[in-house]
Amino acid sequence: MSAVKQLRWLPWVSGAVLIALVPAIFSQGFIRLLFAECAIMIVFALSYNLLLGVSGMLSFGHAVYSGFGAYATIHALNWIGRSHVSIPVTLLPLVGGCGALLAGVVLGFVSTRRSGTAFAMITLGLGELVGACWLMFPKFFGGEGGIAGNRTVGAPLFGVSGWNLGSDLQIDYVVGAWCFASIAAIRALLGTPLGRVANAVRDNPERAEFVGYSARQVRWLMLIASSFFAGISGALAALNFEIVSAENVGALRSGEVLLATFIGGIGYFHGPILGAVVFVFFAVALSQWTKAWQLYLGLFFVILVLRAPGGLAALLERAAIVLRDFSALRRRAGVLGTKTAAAILSLGGLILLVEMTYHRTLEATGGTVVRVFWTDFDTGHLGAWALGGLLLSAGALTFGWLHRQELAAWGPDPSATSGGETR
Amino acid sequence: MLSSGLTLIFSMMGVLNFAHASFYMLGAYCGYQISDWLGFWPGLILAPVTVGVCGAAVERYGLRALHTRGPVAELLFTFGLSFVIVEVVQVLWGRPPVPYRLPPELDGSLFTIYSVDFPRARGFVMLVAGLILGALALMLRYSRVGMIIQAALSHPKTVETLGHDVPRIHMLVFGGGAALAGLAGAVGGAFTVTEPNMGAQIGAILFVVVVVGGMGSLAGAFFASLAIGELDAFAKVIDRSPADLAAALGAPIDPTSPLYGLWSLTLSQSAPVLPFLLLVIVLLVRPRGLLGKREDR
Repeated sequence: MSAVKQLRWLPWVSGAVLIALVPAIFSQGFIRLLFAECAIMIVFALSYNLLLGVSGMLSFGHAVYSGFGAYATIHALNWIGRSHVSIPVTLLPLVGGCGALLAGVVLGFVSTRRSGTAFAMITLGLGELVGACWLMFPKFFGGEGGIAGNRTVGAPLFGVSGWNLGSDLQIDYVVGAWCFASIAAIRALLGTPLGRVANAVRDNPERAEFVGYSARQVRWLMLIASSFFAGISGALAALNFEIVSAENVGALRSGEVLLATFIGGIGYFHGPILGAVVFVFFAVALSQWTKAWQLYLGLFFVILVLRAPGGLAALLERAAIVLRDFSALRRRAGVLGTKTAAAILSLGGLILLVEMTYHRTLEATGGTVVRVFWTDFDTGHLGAWALGGLLLSAGALTFGWLHRQELAAWGPDPSATSGGETR
Repeated sequence: MLSSGLTLIFSMMGVLNFAHASFYMLGAYCGYQISDWLGFWPGLILAPVTVGVCGAAVERYGLRALHTRGPVAELLFTFGLSFVIVEVVQVLWGRPPVPYRLPPELDGSLFTIYSVDFPRARGFVMLVAGLILGALALMLRYSRVGMIIQAALSHPKTVETLGHDVPRIHMLVFGGGAALAGLAGAVGGAFTVTEPNMGAQIGAILFVVVVVGGMGSLAGAFFASLAIGELDAFAKVIDRSPADLAAALGAPIDPTSPLYGLWSLTLSQSAPVLPFLLLVIVLLVRPRGLLGKREDR
């Protein structure tokens, strides 16, 4: 295991190098947007996993805390701008974090009294409650348009003139640095006794109580910690986009973080990071190519819930195990290859069908030809539909047949049903 | 009325179902499509059947496998499913509302009370909702099928030992619930507006009603839906705020004092928040709901 131990610093160093290099190399707006969205979502998803993965609390209202952080930050920013106090704006995520932490103390006291489904429902209620508040308090939430700010006010960091977030590069580095610091802090938190007891409360609350921990108090503390980091992510969003609107607190945002975290894998520390990157890929990159990206994301999520509850991180681990075992790999290579091919085929057919239907519904005025996979298809022609249907059904049938064959030969795959229960 | 019908089905399905409101919306769209081809009345029958088959398929190929993994996995699944259904509907029918109307037979007024016309369409909606409610309540409470369904929800193991195919019962109940949601959608969509986020609008309130009334309780859901409706209407009528109250008591709060925004808030402005406030309070004080019998499920 010594080799593994020596490699433990590798992800951290490569992460730091990535954060340092990406903004310096790429100056295009699109890559910058991806970078910032990824960093914000990573912190948000990790903070969410402090609840779902670490403490076993399914929350449907996590955007409340990131939203509070974002609003606290934007109000602090405008206050600095008005009163000319010399506080570096770079440190404002702390304000956002503390604002969210206060919200977590109050709301968490209410919600963490229960666990399981009741907790999920209370958070849903609280999320809707706060989400519905924005109409009532236009002064705080900024009404329809939200609240805008200007991040270049305030004192420069360390007194160096020019370090006031004026350039794109600076804000990228600030967001990246806060993201890195938050990842490290959450990792450290998981190693503390609190993090371990939270695991115990998740797995067996009764036994944790007998050992002498109040399950409720542990849940509360974890929710407070989680809301702090959610606040930081909200603050980063506020600084980066310089505008905060009601969307930041809404139920949709809560749903997004749930999707991202679960897709990545709630049972692993790096799962939410992975999930956040994949989610941002779906939301920012894929949405440039197709308008049906939410459909693909939703299908992806449902399939993961059904087939791989451990998320992408668990799938990767399984793949690593399969790849390491050469003899088994050689035996199964044919089947695995055919399965992959079948999956890709049916996916291609599905995408073709969806894109053609979408084209017919929304852009029917612009002609019947739609471009999918670098090829033109005519939605007015029956052949294109037949091709899509054929690909989809043939791929799916082959995949299902092979899967059943494999099940019969090898027995059920243990990692396919369990998962999501480790750290 | 319509929503209380929805609620009853929802609470009898035994699963906290995020997708239920989506089935409602799906029903409206199916009703629209079929009425476009065949006319309104066939649509009213065929749309629930279609949605019911969809629901049964969802249970058979999705939820059944997740049942052993507990309620959280089921919640997550239906949550994802609601996403997918909304998107599928948008892909098939587009984002703007579709022109789905009640047939001309239902235009005009049914009768007139004190010179206020009572529209025939409203009467029709109430009739459908009342029929569903009555039939459902009678069936669940007094028939053998209803008894088996209720038993399968609360004591699946025992019912299985008695020789009933419990997974099949679950599938049929889920399909039936989805079909009734589809029927409600086919009526409600024509009565109001058929658009992709009509499910989301009704979904949150539905959730509140079920949880406040108590999971698995018919009467609880009924009272809760009435209470929330009354609360909403009551709050919207009273255009007063704590600041007004203080002024009436002789201690006016001046606009420069801190938190003036909070004090000047009128009750009618806070109406959209009240159901959720009620939900949170009920969950804290009485987690099983007003008339619920089951503790955590």
